[in-house]
Amino acid sequence: MPSSSEDLAETARVRRNWLLSTPALVLLALGAAGPLLIVAVYSFLEAGEYSGVEWRFSLDAWFQILFHRDIFDDTISLADAHLTIFWRSVKLSLLTTIATFIFGFPTAYFIATRAPKQRALWLFLITIPFWTNLLIRTFAIMEVLRNQGILNTLLMKIGLITTPIQILYTDTAVLIGMAYVYLPLMVLPMYAAIDRFDFRLVEAGYDLYASRWQVLRRVILPIVKPGAIAGSILVFVPSLGAYVTPRVLGGGKNMMIGNFIDLQFGQGRNWPLGAALSMVLLVIVGAALLAYVRVSTKENPHG
Amino acid sequence: MKKLLTSVAALATVASMASAEGELNIFNWGNYTNPDLIKKFEETYDVKVTVTDFDSNTTALTKIEAGGHGFDIVVPTHSYIPIYVEKGLLMKPGIPEMENYHNLAPQWVDVDWDPKREYSVPWQWGTTGVAVNTKAYSGDVNTAAIFMDPPAELVGKVNVVPEMQDVISMALMYVGGTPCTTDKTMLKAARDALVAAKPKWMSMDYGMTEKMSNGDVMASVNWNGSTFRIRNNNPDVVYGYPKEGYIVWMDNAAILNDAKNADNAKLFINFIMDPENAAMISSFARYANGITGSEAFMPDDMKTAPEIVVPADLVAAGKFTGACPKEAQDMYTAIWTELQK
Repeated sequence: MPSSSEDLAETARVRRNWLLSTPALVLLALGAAGPLLIVAVYSFLEAGEYSGVEWRFSLDAWFQILFHRDIFDDTISLADAHLTIFWRSVKLSLLTTIATFIFGFPTAYFIATRAPKQRALWLFLITIPFWTNLLIRTFAIMEVLRNQGILNTLLMKIGLITTPIQILYTDTAVLIGMAYVYLPLMVLPMYAAIDRFDFRLVEAGYDLYASRWQVLRRVILPIVKPGAIAGSILVFVPSLGAYVTPRVLGGGKNMMIGNFIDLQFGQGRNWPLGAALSMVLLVIVGAALLAYVRVSTKENPHG
Repeated sequence: MKKLLTSVAALATVASMASAEGELNIFNWGNYTNPDLIKKFEETYDVKVTVTDFDSNTTALTKIEAGGHGFDIVVPTHSYIPIYVEKGLLMKPGIPEMENYHNLAPQWVDVDWDPKREYSVPWQWGTTGVAVNTKAYSGDVNTAAIFMDPPAELVGKVNVVPEMQDVISMALMYVGGTPCTTDKTMLKAARDALVAAKPKWMSMDYGMTEKMSNGDVMASVNWNGSTFRIRNNNPDVVYGYPKEGYIVWMDNAAILNDAKNADNAKLFINFIMDPENAAMISSFARYANGITGSEAFMPDDMKTAPEIVVPADLVAAGKFTGACPKEAQDMYTAIWTELQK
């Protein structure tokens, strides 16, 4: 009875697979699902007097995300401050993704077209910033951008401006900082995509009288697209939850979601709101990832 | 940056003392603890000291309440001491029986936030006013309008240190109220004035000692000692005492109830009541302390500094607010939350 022995082998294989994945599953349950559950529960509780939570069910936190109740006359209005912060986060993350693509694509293309021996060196150079702590790199950017910093001093020395441009503590500063920090995350997957690219196709394109622009658009871009999408996700998701960069370069006034959540657990003394905001952030990230999965499976149905 | 270097130096000290018998973990404001004082304590008692920074009273309270922090000593502002006591977070280490207790200046012994000094001893006291770079604005600096209604030259260039108690109390006095009031009309006026002023601020951040010294920030709500240090680096910066009312405060060192190194913490509390050691605290952070006889050990420039010696006509505008009643405190928090959004 070959079929039943095949069944047995199949059952054994499935069992072994489950057994082998047990450590990972336990880790996921304890390390990801557990804490997430706590966050979800906290978002439905009342805020404690100074910090923490009171164990009483309440929908206040979820109400506060969208609506604002005036502390003096109890009138209810749309919580535009929260929406502003969410919009700023999404906008800056999208702009960061675009900026890293604009700088990352030529960089990755440049590296992939070097002689194979040189590529390792160029890739190595790309990873050097990772040797330094994120906080230190952000402070370095601050040193460049601040009013008496490198950039403003330079511009004043060559006479382009007479008074310093206020870049630090603006959305622009946060954008510059994030684009710098996340650039390698765009370059590496783009490089991987271009590296596999057969450059004889470019030659073939030219032979068929395609212009440089047509070759770029019709031959190169479709092939690097998966790399670009992977890179975009790698940049967009951490940008959305960025904390250190907007904290240091945004000056406590131009907050992103990450800082706003932190505020609720500290000076804001509203843990349930912080928990609810974290859940919302999670939903946004989840949506972005879902979109990525859909786009990438459409590109490559057998992948 | 200086703060960063200090912490690195502190770490290096810690590393070299790794063989020391006991430990002591201090939770204090950033850029506020003289490394030489810590070194002297470590050498005297063979104790390894770790100093951890906080940047606001609320952050410190939240971290301590959450538990698992491992700190032995905390240095909250006077208005927060009753909150710590009410929550049972502080120990009564028998301060009045300590050897150096008699050095406490009489006016700082029977204080309303800690009668008879059962829980805490003075660390430093000072004022909260405004620091202004005269290169950016040369008008009158003795007014809270610097941040409540910034003059055209300072719009978009003012920082407000995000310290709830000080900022809201100053806003209340600016609109004609008194700190810790429960009068809803006054609180609402203060809230509205703050919300209207916020778009004219550049940032709500700490670290003004560095940022105003190097000219990145032109004006800020700031503490007097910090402004003193800024002026030493950048002579253009002056300190203003808002005539509408400014804040007088005292930070106090206290031992946490769950301190693991309570004995070392008691040694430290007694240690900082010694005039010479108290003078070390002051000569670093540039605030006055509450210890009699410490003046003799302080640098001369402290005795004449305009940040320390309040002009005679502005003495009366200084308000020592103590702890607000709960009702007022709740309103402060609600206003602050709204302002932070």
